[in-house]
Amino acid sequence: MGAFSALIVTEQVYACCVQVVDHFPRENFMFGVQSTFELYDEEIAQIDEIIAHLLKAAHAKAIFLVDKNGQMITSIGEVSGLDITSLASLTAGNIATTGGLAKLIGEKEFSIQFHEGKNESIHLSIVAGRVILVVIFDTNSSLGLVRLRVKRASNALTQVFEAIATRQEQKGRDGQSPNPFAEITDDDIDNLFN
Amino acid sequence: MSFINHASREINCKIVYYGPGLCGKTTNLQYVYQKTAPESKGKMISLATETERTLFFDFLPLALGEVRGFKTRFHLYTVPGQVFYDASRKLILKGVDGVVFVADSQEERMDANIESLENLRDNLAEHGYDLDNMPFVMQYNKQDLPNISPMEELQKYLNPNKVPEFRACAMTGVGVFETLKAIAKLILLDLKRGGQRR
Repeated sequence: MGAFSALIVTEQVYACCVQVVDHFPRENFMFGVQSTFELYDEEIAQIDEIIAHLLKAAHAKAIFLVDKNGQMITSIGEVSGLDITSLASLTAGNIATTGGLAKLIGEKEFSIQFHEGKNESIHLSIVAGRVILVVIFDTNSSLGLVRLRVKRASNALTQVFEAIATRQEQKGRDGQSPNPFAEITDDDIDNLFN
Repeated sequence: MSFINHASREINCKIVYYGPGLCGKTTNLQYVYQKTAPESKGKMISLATETERTLFFDFLPLALGEVRGFKTRFHLYTVPGQVFYDASRKLILKGVDGVVFVADSQEERMDANIESLENLRDNLAEHGYDLDNMPFVMQYNKQDLPNISPMEELQKYLNPNKVPEFRACAMTGVGVFETLKAIAKLILLDLKRGGQRR
């Protein structure tokens, strides 16, 4: 743990549009402040295909996609020995903290982070303003390669998440129920606690 | 903001325990962790100072069971209660589905409770949430101590809207699971309505 050092790379893209008062980050415009975030099988399949390709191209050990609120979306690679729930929560905490630091100095966000360990390193990047792409790699790869491949995969993932956002917005406009729980009963809920 | 994954048939919800410093937020999570079956809980993470005060958050993932074929997972978080950690508290509230306010029932902590409750309201508002319009439960902790405020006073200042409330002693577990069940139920009922109350 103590062997980790951190390199935070600021993406200048946002520097020109920094607002002093910015209580509602981009993702809230994308998915709505309060909406439920839903992902369907075909969307997960599209995402998995992209990150599976990234895993190979970047010579990575494992890749995770984590919601900014700390929920694990999907993972691939050597994940069996990892506590992925904790990893998701701490990743989101890390991104939230550095996002807070960014705002303090007038940046929109730090969109890329790199934590270098003795054997394993972690590359974190924000995709579509909404999700965090976590790439774990060892000495079989390099930061340069990972950054290059992540950039390409991020573009593909952004398209997928923009389509998801459009689908969610459409669903909201059509007045459809945004979740499959409309029919649950009090008994269903009580049974959870028995 | 709950997350529904249709591929893995899971629903994930986020509960935040809020309250003034040393009110017992971490103790609530520790009790839940101790008393939950291993297959229903993940690792509890505490990002704390050397003196065991919460520095950033505590985190405990719980799997409650299935509703309509969906696995329900609740992620429990605490915030650091000390006043000067306000920036961290704001971050942790991001994407919250339900809030438990842990009040310290001791007379001398009434002002701290009120200040923390106002701080909660303000911080939620910055994320676009309205405390009066989301799953919210009040817990009066430390009821075993001798110098506690009368219940009428706690209710008057901390729970004027009469949300579900529980007397508790988190050290011994009294009221801990009742509080958790109440907030989980409110969140699921909110999901049933599609979050329309918000």
